[in-house]
Amino acid sequence: MTNAMELYQMLPKTNCKKCGKTSCMAFAVALMAHELTPEDCPPLKEESKYKENYEKMSELFKPTEGVTETGLIVHEDLCFGCGNCVVACPPNVANDPHGVGSGNAPTNANKLVLAVEDGIVKAQNLGECRRFGKNKILCYGCIVTCPVEAIEFV
Amino acid sequence: MCEEADMEKNYYVCTGCGLLCDDIEVESEKNKINKVYTACRVGVAHMKEARNEATFLVDDKPVDEATAVSKAVAILKNAKNPLIFGLGNSSNETQKTAIELAKKINATLDDTSSFCLGPLAEALIQDKLKTCTLDDVRNKADVLIYWGTDPSDSHPRHLSKHSYFPRGREKQRGWEEERTAIAIDVRKSHTAKICGNYFFQIPPKGDAEFIDALIAGISGKLPKTSYNYPPKKILELANILKGAKFGVIFVGRGLTDSLENLEPLFRLMKILNEKANFHLMPMVRSYNTMGFNENLFAETGYVNSVKFENGDVKHGPEYSIVESLKAKTVDAALIIGSDPLLILPRSIAKNMLDIPVISMDHCETMTSKHAKVHINTAISGVESGGSAIRMDGVKVNFEPAIETKHPSDEVILKKIMEAL
Repeated sequence: MTNAMELYQMLPKTNCKKCGKTSCMAFAVALMAHELTPEDCPPLKEESKYKENYEKMSELFKPTEGVTETGLIVHEDLCFGCGNCVVACPPNVANDPHGVGSGNAPTNANKLVLAVEDGIVKAQNLGECRRFGKNKILCYGCIVTCPVEAIEFV
Repeated sequence: MCEEADMEKNYYVCTGCGLLCDDIEVESEKNKINKVYTACRVGVAHMKEARNEATFLVDDKPVDEATAVSKAVAILKNAKNPLIFGLGNSSNETQKTAIELAKKINATLDDTSSFCLGPLAEALIQDKLKTCTLDDVRNKADVLIYWGTDPSDSHPRHLSKHSYFPRGREKQRGWEEERTAIAIDVRKSHTAKICGNYFFQIPPKGDAEFIDALIAGISGKLPKTSYNYPPKKILELANILKGAKFGVIFVGRGLTDSLENLEPLFRLMKILNEKANFHLMPMVRSYNTMGFNENLFAETGYVNSVKFENGDVKHGPEYSIVESLKAKTVDAALIIGSDPLLILPRSIAKNMLDIPVISMDHCETMTSKHAKVHINTAISGVESGGSAIRMDGVKVNFEPAIETKHPSDEVILKKIMEAL
């Protein structure tokens, strides 16, 4: 994926504040964080001189459509349901220490970020994920424990 | 496990591999399993997709149960030295019935352990090696060695449910801080990937030398190998092992097949237990191979490769499936829940085509395709209940998750016994 500076280069750079952000750079950062989409910039969307850039940016964000809010993708064809990520995920352990935290079946299903269903891990309750919300951090708990690189963040 | 949750939920045991995971939730409707929770992909395939609807076949033509059983009985009656093989995917009860049947018809009885981890299972049953249970591993283990095995592929939940990742009673802070996972293998397996820097890649057949070098390292000598493995790395490994409070070596066929005999492994375990505290566990693949070894040992004093003869028991490699097929000493075969035509080398398996074969399985296999009689049985652990011995020697009881019209292999074996 790209970085905020590259996104900024494609924006109008007029700091018009129509998007609600203080500057185009702030808008670019918000784009990177998946808080906003290119559509939230009215000039970019409406004015014909930015059409090319708008299409380019929409294209950039296309692969992340259908991705969970935290950017987590499970490659279902690779996952074989070993459950390493389920057991190692820090919020999972905190929310269900005697269930998944100890390697067992979930006992607190509606608080778990990851759970295995039909042999494939499913991402859910992403509000609990450490990559979500205001105090988010770049947690790699599920990625480093996956033997087949079936989990990815975009 | 949380007791409340236990009461609310109905957990089933997965019989997909030797781990016998006992925390599987199943959604079923009209005796068909629709959804399986917590099980890995191996388990899900075993529970959902292993059913094959063809029932009883004689010479590839559908027949009723009675005809198939009577044909099987006729084959066994005519045989002078029938072979009974398989049973790794059968319950303890079925295995005991099969041992009785073998006694009755003076059969040669063997299972896959004769060319897999049988010698190791025998040593463990005879208490020659120190072992522990998987629950001990979860609660206490700090150093884990996966040697010649890749549980990530063969027993997918091994690392997550038992060995590396879960929190245990004495291991509350998690895998990053409190456990060290080590892989010793000839290739970078999926498990080795998880072990990261603690992956020791050795050349094929290099295990015995590596053990010697490791023993040298543990005793403070310079570790040497003919393939020039960096001594520094072996010493680093030796130091980790020496510091283990509760170490476990998970032994796979990669290690046992590469050794001439188990002697180097015994020496390694001896020195490890002088300097630290180490246990050994074989990575048994089928869900009840361990049970077969224990049940046969209780009955005869041997774990596999036996021949019953008018009340006497003979044992030796010549009574294993490989040697008896090679020497063509058996003249009929009853295969229960296994597929020797697929798993044995072609030069040996082809001798099976010359003798009448009865196959008992829940799905079509290479063996069932070439069998004279095929009996479609219930899937043990999914459609029929019983008990089994987990790879660590713990007995696990299981209930069927769904009902079936297929008879269990135990029922069929009893019918064959009666008719004989």
